[in-house]
Amino acid sequence: MQIPYTVENHPETGVYNGKLGVWLFLASEVMLFGALFSSYILLRTNAAHWPHGVEEGLNIPLATVNTMVLIASSVTMVMAWAAARLHDLKKFRLYMGTTFLCGLIFLGIKYVEYSDKFHHGHLPSKSTFLAIYFTLTGLHGLHVIGGMIVNGYLWGPGAKLFHTDHARFSNRIEVAGLYWHFVDLVWIFLFPVLYLL
Amino acid sequence: MSGHSAEDIKRETRVYILVFAALAALTVITVAVSTLHLSAMPALAVALLIAITKGSLVACYFMHLISEKKVIYSVLILTVVFFVVLMTLPVSGLLGSTAR
Amino acid sequence: MSVLERDEHVAHSHSAPHHEEGFLRKYVFSQDHKWIGIQYGFTALCFLLFGFTLMMIMRWQLAYPGKPVPIIGGLLGQANAPGGIMLPEFYNQLGAMHGTIMVFLAIVPLAVGAFGNYVVPLQIGAPDMAFPKLNMASYWAYFTGGVVMFSSFFVKGGAANSGWTSYAPLSVVATTGQTIWLLGMVCLITSSLLGSINFIVTIFQLRARGLSFMRLPFFVWAQLVTSFLLLLAFPPLEAAAVMQLMDRVAGSSFFLPSGLVVSGQVLANSGGGSPLLWQHLFWFLAHPEVYVLILPALGIVAEVIANNTRKPLWGYKAMVGATLFLGFMSFIVWAHHMFMTGMGTAISAFFQTTTMIISVPSVVILSALLLSLWGGSIRFTTPMLFALGFLPMFGIGGLTGLPLGLAPTDIHLHDTYYVIGHFHYVVAPGTIFAMFAGIYYWFPKVTGRKLNDTLGKLHFWGSFVFINGVFMPMFIQGMAGVSRRLYDGGAQYAHAQGVLHWNSFMSISAWLLFVAQIPFLINFFWSIRKGKKVSANPWEATTLEWSAASSPPIAHGNFPHPPVVVRGPYEYSPPDAPSGFLPQGEVARA
Repeated sequence: MQIPYTVENHPETGVYNGKLGVWLFLASEVMLFGALFSSYILLRTNAAHWPHGVEEGLNIPLATVNTMVLIASSVTMVMAWAAARLHDLKKFRLYMGTTFLCGLIFLGIKYVEYSDKFHHGHLPSKSTFLAIYFTLTGLHGLHVIGGMIVNGYLWGPGAKLFHTDHARFSNRIEVAGLYWHFVDLVWIFLFPVLYLL
Repeated sequence: MSGHSAEDIKRETRVYILVFAALAALTVITVAVSTLHLSAMPALAVALLIAITKGSLVACYFMHLISEKKVIYSVLILTVVFFVVLMTLPVSGLLGSTAR
Repeated sequence: MSVLERDEHVAHSHSAPHHEEGFLRKYVFSQDHKWIGIQYGFTALCFLLFGFTLMMIMRWQLAYPGKPVPIIGGLLGQANAPGGIMLPEFYNQLGAMHGTIMVFLAIVPLAVGAFGNYVVPLQIGAPDMAFPKLNMASYWAYFTGGVVMFSSFFVKGGAANSGWTSYAPLSVVATTGQTIWLLGMVCLITSSLLGSINFIVTIFQLRARGLSFMRLPFFVWAQLVTSFLLLLAFPPLEAAAVMQLMDRVAGSSFFLPSGLVVSGQVLANSGGGSPLLWQHLFWFLAHPEVYVLILPALGIVAEVIANNTRKPLWGYKAMVGATLFLGFMSFIVWAHHMFMTGMGTAISAFFQTTTMIISVPSVVILSALLLSLWGGSIRFTTPMLFALGFLPMFGIGGLTGLPLGLAPTDIHLHDTYYVIGHFHYVVAPGTIFAMFAGIYYWFPKVTGRKLNDTLGKLHFWGSFVFINGVFMPMFIQGMAGVSRRLYDGGAQYAHAQGVLHWNSFMSISAWLLFVAQIPFLINFFWSIRKGKKVSANPWEATTLEWSAASSPPIAHGNFPHPPVVVRGPYEYSPPDAPSGFLPQGEVARA
């Protein structure tokens, strides 16, 4: 039993099922991170004193590097999709692999940041600023890990589909890419809000 | 699946590189502006403006929103409306409140 | 390839031989929306019974405070009820879990997970949901959440006891059960999210040829809007649950204000948090949630009324428009649950205004349903009895909401039994009656057999009488000022003395309400095996699900050939049809 429009676009909506599905998922993610940003606004407005990130041990240079790393991974992700659509498995593997590597670097830097904070006693229990910092970056980090699991699967065992059902495979890369770009998008807002303002 | 030819994809690739350059530049700018230590309101305005620009570039070009279908736009517009509600209403409840 | 060629391709590949799935794959980890719907249905009905039981135990304490609970008093455990006499702490657990279970484990999974999953793909002529694996994951996430919630009764300190609303700071300093509640909610919200994505994509993408949006059965519109509410309103509660977990486990102070004193001790946390923040994020979900509770019910009632009046629904377009408007408005009324938190007059006026506005689409829908009865040839079948009973009950529920939505009157009524009466009228003789209507209506489609009519009528009348007995007096108690969540039903308060006698009246009504369910329980299990066998369309209904086979087989698709829709959903008693109705679609028989 086949589900229609898994690969071809629906004549009315113009999209295939997975694309509509992932955008709906991203809409819910906007509301999820939105709630945390809303909490940030409310807590900061309510606070007599709100520290600057650096006061609570935040490292701007490291976070800037991380921002660049994530942006680069977004480029390699969309290049991976382009390669997949051009039937170039080798190029796909190269770009997807780089995306995965960038994710690892991002997580590595995050690990350095977190352990440094824990070492200096900058814990979520210390201030509301740190509480929202750890919750926002922590949830974001979990999303990075989730994306890397999907990307890793598509680079590895998932790539079999490239040969058996190429159109469906390309669509999967597109869908995974949309999710990955969203993760980058969240960080684009997280970075200035937590580190710079 | 959009019927893109190899030429179309090569053209898209050029756009991706340009967008990457813009994003990198904007990142440098936003960090540089933060070193100026502007007062709260201008700092917020500049940072948000830059972030929204970067976000729009990622959404429009990497996520291909600039050429997406109506159904996707409708879902996103609805989401943006509720996102704005979520950002503004709870904190506005604090204004004029006796519970501060 | 063209749509027509694709349909033929699908049909031919279907008739090719395929392997029979093993038991585990077919019935446990099923990816067939019909079986998943049945799984949701059974699980939800079990939780409905469990939540009902919790209430029956609570009502003993309310009627006879301090007296040992009979029969099961010993089973409640020494920590909860020493000597069978319920401790206030245990009463609070029962209260919090009754609400949580009814809303999140019973009603929504039944209305959306069961009815939505089973009926929507059939009603739109689809072979299944758009993402069958995701559907399976949805169910098991729900099941896991249910197990987690249930397990919380057995930890030290018992289950969550800070109300289903889990307000900070009480919930943050509460016993372990609250942490488990939060983890359970994360599972349930995940389930809901996956499900809502599936529903929206399915309805947009998998409609049969000819099934335009304005030809959709109203039930499908209701489920579509419901899914959007779940998609966009649940995530803030998920974020809030994560933050409350952080407060409880990581020592943060998202919701804890500075200088909080608990049991005479100043709390050693960083402070600077806001209890109001929890309320905003909670109600941002919980208000749309109440529309999640009512919309599928309105959908079911609409289907049953059209079918049993033998005429099209009155005002279909108005109903659709009202539903869309209602869905949108539901996101901007939430702080009417917070009028007593000291908010400024401007923001209070805003939420009062939006709340008054949102009553309009509800009235439009209810009026359309009532007007649909005018001039109809009404068949008083069991589903129709429940649908008809729903209408005035929903009316009472809706009307009693008005003084709550206006701040000046809400001052007197907030957190009293009036509120409990209001929302139970909408959900209990409201939604639950609609659920029963749906069960009696679609049981023949699912099983190929009818539920017994005599037992059905007994079930209806008993339920109708006793449910009013439970909830009507609550308005009286509320207006007298009796607060909710009091473990002794107000016995200690002077202002409550005049209305205390209603407690035993309501409790006895509640226990008799349970007795009234016995005919249903017998009917349900007996009819699955021994009920009168019926054809594929025993109600002579027009919508597409009735064109599918009687009890369509699991894991074998829904229609031998994809149906083509040629008319609207409610062509009953058209001038040119001797049979009295025109089915919505043309389905080629194999």
